[in-house]
Amino acid sequence: MTSTPQQAKTAGSSRVKTYREAINEALFQEMRRDPTVIVMGEEVSGGAGTDGQDDAYGGVFGVTKGLMPEFGRGRVIDTPISESAIIGAAAGAACTGLRPVAELMFFDFIGVCFDQIFNQAAKFRYMFGGKSKTPLVIRATVGAGWRAGAQHSNMLHPVVTHIAGLKVVMPSNAYDAKGLMISAIRDDDPVIFLEHKILYDTKCEVPDELYTIPFGEAAFTREGTDVTIVAISGMVPRANAVADKLAKEGISCDVIDPRTVSPLDVEAIIESVELTGRLVIVDEANERCSLAADISSIIAEKAFHALRAPIRKVTAPHTPVPFSPVLEDLYIPTPERIEQAVRDVLEA
Amino acid sequence: MHYSPAFLVDAYRTMKTIRLFEERCILEFERGNIPGFVHAYNGQEAVAVGVCMHLSDSDVIGSTHRGHGHCIAKGCDVIAMMKEIMGKATGLCKGKGGSMHIADFDKGMLGANAIVGGAPPLCNGAALSAKTLGTKNVAVSFGGDGSSNQGTVMEALNLAVVLQLPHIFVVENNGYGEGTGARYAVGCESIGARTAAFGMPAATVDGTDFFAVYEQAGKFVELARNGGGPSAIEADVVRFDGHFIGDPQLYRGKDELKTIKETRDCLKKFRARVTGENWLKAEQLDEMDAEIAALIERAVEEGMNAPLPEPAALFADVYASY
Repeated sequence: MTSTPQQAKTAGSSRVKTYREAINEALFQEMRRDPTVIVMGEEVSGGAGTDGQDDAYGGVFGVTKGLMPEFGRGRVIDTPISESAIIGAAAGAACTGLRPVAELMFFDFIGVCFDQIFNQAAKFRYMFGGKSKTPLVIRATVGAGWRAGAQHSNMLHPVVTHIAGLKVVMPSNAYDAKGLMISAIRDDDPVIFLEHKILYDTKCEVPDELYTIPFGEAAFTREGTDVTIVAISGMVPRANAVADKLAKEGISCDVIDPRTVSPLDVEAIIESVELTGRLVIVDEANERCSLAADISSIIAEKAFHALRAPIRKVTAPHTPVPFSPVLEDLYIPTPERIEQAVRDVLEA
Repeated sequence: MHYSPAFLVDAYRTMKTIRLFEERCILEFERGNIPGFVHAYNGQEAVAVGVCMHLSDSDVIGSTHRGHGHCIAKGCDVIAMMKEIMGKATGLCKGKGGSMHIADFDKGMLGANAIVGGAPPLCNGAALSAKTLGTKNVAVSFGGDGSSNQGTVMEALNLAVVLQLPHIFVVENNGYGEGTGARYAVGCESIGARTAAFGMPAATVDGTDFFAVYEQAGKFVELARNGGGPSAIEADVVRFDGHFIGDPQLYRGKDELKTIKETRDCLKKFRARVTGENWLKAEQLDEMDAEIAALIERAVEEGMNAPLPEPAALFADVYASY
């Protein structure tokens, strides 16, 4: 059911790539393979209607750089700053023959297009009695750490995970990002693909060829027997670092990266908790109604018998994301807080 | 313009089917045979039919909460529609959509839409598919005067112009957004002129005159098919029923309903024109009326006898793949 990036690697050529490059490569390869794949959003190329350079941006984080020169403005569509129009058009195109990858620059902007996501795209198939499919990918950046303030830094994955009809993908490394993006494009349902800003320059070995990673299959990024740590998106590297540090003291942690939070690999978490009896969940979202709260309730309900200590959640506080760097650093779960939570459940 | 008898028969049959379907929905709702909310389209038939007679099954429309007329005009099966509205398993959407969410993708009917201003952004997408795939198909979104004030619609109008999409925006101005007058809620003199300001050709027509709608829609559909981009039609129209069935309509003026039913009934006007010009005989129309009444009777009978969804249907079709 589960696999590590190492185990899943394919046999062909590969090289070290950043998270940004891995997603870019997935888009290139899928657009070459399938002429119905299009990319649209604000400055996905950039420079339209200006006297300066074409492809001036390639997306505000450079993830779609180079696509327009190869595929043209007909398939790499710069849009006005109109999120409802972007997501609405992508949803409408998805159920009439295209496979759009729409970019919602910062996921905080769902506030101005949420109707198109949750009332339209997510519900079509169910409302219409299973007679439609909506192969739509919405890419967006999430997370704090860029000093971008309250309206460009949220982790709003719990909001979309709540919605039936959406799939929610949150890769934590370059290898997963490529495979999950290819799966997202080929999936016939609306997929919310959330890229954490602090991961864009992280690197790992990524195959050159096309490969997919199935949704709903968690990865064990560290294996251990004392404590289970479930970490999401940008929190995975932090959880790994804590696990590595504690390993030197003889504390062994199982670190689970769900990779997709809808569907969620509940079995992998239960399996691990049955082994360790202790669970720490690390999620950068606000604690109330978060994924951490959700996983906590699932384990309390389904694996209570295995628990040897209360479940601990390490999350952001119930506040907006602050701007001042000292405050933002306090907002994001720190390695110290994760480590303390692990020690707490071991002592309980 | 020359109209063949077959064309006129087709136009009348569709408009009359909508009228009798809606009148029967009102009755069945009052009898308790239709759950939920229903928004009747009677009075506005000439708009849906005048526009959709230019479209094939490969052209796409997006509709509103008041969507039965658009569905019928686009070719949806009225029996399967009635079953859907009654919440039956054999309804057009297996009983899971209901009155406000009827869709039939095989007929290019992208869905009634219970969110005011819901369809125009989505129809941009259908138009984008047509443009990208080079099909020469067009998309038509229907909305009302109420939707014309929604941000989604303004965004969609602008994007359609920016991307030169084959999309005709039809605004049915029936004078009311729910229970509020358009002359209060629409801040400009003319919705048509406001739409034109986005940079597309726009026209205002008498939406109770089938021929006026048909002729204007023909020009804009042709324009869109030939790469001429988006356009908009404001249809000045009347709503014969409330915002929803059961609406006491306290906002109506004295004798307003009586007057509009006498002077602005698109079916009466159509009948007067085609018999007056000697294009069709009154007996032909009467004969059709009886056939349509029988069809609606059958739709209700089959709807009442259709099976209810099985409990397992609750969980089905959330996703295409799990």
